Amino acid sequence: MEIKKPAVAGTLESSDCQVVVEPGEGKIEFSLDSTVIHQFGNQIRKVTFETLDRLGIDNVKISIVDKGALDCTIKARIEGAVFRSVDQYENLPWGGAIK
Amino acid sequence: MKNAVGREIPEEILKLTGKDVYRGSHYFDGKEFKKDGPVTKPVINSNGSKLVDSIHDVLVKCGIKDGMRLGFHHHFRTGDKVLNMVMEEVHKMGIKNITLCASSLGKQNDPILPMIEDGTITNIESSGVRGSIGTAISEGKLQGLAIMRSHGGRVRAIETGEAHVDISFIGAPTSDEYGNLNANGGKANCGVLSYSAVDAQFADKVVAVTDTLVPFPNLPAQITQTYVDYVVVVDQIGDPSKIATGAAKPTTDQRKLLMAKYCTDFVVQTPYFKEGFSYQTGVGGASIASTLYLAEIMREKNIHMGFGVGGIAKPMCDLLDEGLIYKLVDTQDFDEPSIENIQRNPNHFYITGGEYANPFNKGAYVNKLDFVILAALEVDTHFNCNVVVGSDGVITGAQGGHPDTAAGAKCTIVIAPIMQGRMPTICSDVTTVTTPGEDVDVVVTDYGIAINPRRQDLIEATKDAKLPLKTIEELRDIAYSITGEPERVQFSDRVVGIIEARDGTIMDVVRQIKDFEFKDE
Repeated sequence: MEIKKPAVAGTLESSDCQVVVEPGEGKIEFSLDSTVIHQFGNQIRKVTFETLDRLGIDNVKISIVDKGALDCTIKARIEGAVFRSVDQYENLPWGGAIK
Repeated sequence: MKNAVGREIPEEILKLTGKDVYRGSHYFDGKEFKKDGPVTKPVINSNGSKLVDSIHDVLVKCGIKDGMRLGFHHHFRTGDKVLNMVMEEVHKMGIKNITLCASSLGKQNDPILPMIEDGTITNIESSGVRGSIGTAISEGKLQGLAIMRSHGGRVRAIETGEAHVDISFIGAPTSDEYGNLNANGGKANCGVLSYSAVDAQFADKVVAVTDTLVPFPNLPAQITQTYVDYVVVVDQIGDPSKIATGAAKPTTDQRKLLMAKYCTDFVVQTPYFKEGFSYQTGVGGASIASTLYLAEIMREKNIHMGFGVGGIAKPMCDLLDEGLIYKLVDTQDFDEPSIENIQRNPNHFYITGGEYANPFNKGAYVNKLDFVILAALEVDTHFNCNVVVGSDGVITGAQGGHPDTAAGAKCTIVIAPIMQGRMPTICSDVTTVTTPGEDVDVVVTDYGIAINPRRQDLIEATKDAKLPLKTIEELRDIAYSITGEPERVQFSDRVVGIIEARDGTIMDVVRQIKDFEFKDE
């Protein structure tokens, strides 16, 4: 998938995260601000790259502001932001690229 | 060198502080020592008044100079005005290298932050630090070391002379011109002056700061004229409406109510729950809810609490008024109803911080506790607790009476949700040890109760009670199965603070924080 326009998903509530995706400059640019960065920073990065890989995205600027979200939430917010960025709201690949 | 909770204490810190590593909770039991004493300036003349016009003048009279240790109490909690008021004057006079020896510090003290940065204050000794001073210490802005002492530990340190206080400032709700002090009857009351009692007896100079001067003699007095050098009258010493940190109304949080239920169900199964038992609890939602549950069972079974200790808030006062508790012994009031209660109910007693928790006297009240109900930021599989350092590695809490009561009580119960946000509260190793696992008997979480294997008697006593018992490792595994396994906080090498055990040895060190770095791919 190609990121077409900036899009956002998620909130800054406790146990949630806010994901912003923008068109990239030929690579994945990842930034993270997290209340649990010391404990889970590496894990959040891993989940982010795995999710992007599953969605077939290798060209994106992705920034996450995390308030202690679990992996499942982070995945869902990334997927939400990505599909919003391409205005796809129907025929979502449930069980495929969206796990 | 490794201490008894397995923490490596750097040699240079042992050398710098002259301290030993922690060797176990009862290591100093029965070991004799000689107390320190204050330099005392006798008043033999009959001139009558100890009044001094201003904080500035009293600092001059006390001979304020660089490098002194100044004592303060925190009975007004976030409503305290005295510490900042005195330190502003010290700052104006250009004094440097002050050691702050406060019973605790909080966000009310944020205004002294520039004095840490400019070297007015170079050392801090406190129960803990909340607010931006904690952040400043963790960022390495304090030149010296921050020493975190429990309430009992502070009394011990002052009485042994390890922390000889040069001048102590006692915010006193009422005083007469001769220095008889009380915590009630003034414009701003705080109920008790417990943490200042040791300052009164062991500081070289004792200054009462009051906003309500009353006729001599101000009786009953919690601190008497024989200890006080000077009295200064100011406009306002504190704001009692800011003593209560959170609304102490009963929680509706189902998770807290569940833990409270588990806690009470456990308490009533132990052999200590019988007529005349003793009990201390905190002001967290789960602690208060468990006290209310317990009260129901006490009514039902006609069991009375012999005495309650603490850290007193309204729910305990209500049970005292009802007659379910015979006596309250009070070292600190956490809300205005308890300040009002100690003035009204003759079974609500003032005790000093030393009587409460000092391990180096001839027996503190904590030793007579059957139960203490505590909270924690983290508890590990060794039952060690952390109540000072937050998940970001920053100093953000206070020891308070946590290690004192845990050591003293026959049954120490820590209530903690299995996770807070994504942080597993039950973990393999706490970030910083503040209370040793040997003193923690039971951990109550929303996913079950773990009993310390050292307490086979409690395991035996509760085995048929249909409680949701689990091992501490099982609780950790449940937490990790939800959150994932956490990595440890990345610190830099420099030690910025010491977690002092209540006996003066080193329980753990706190290091300067650093920015998180991702692992290489």
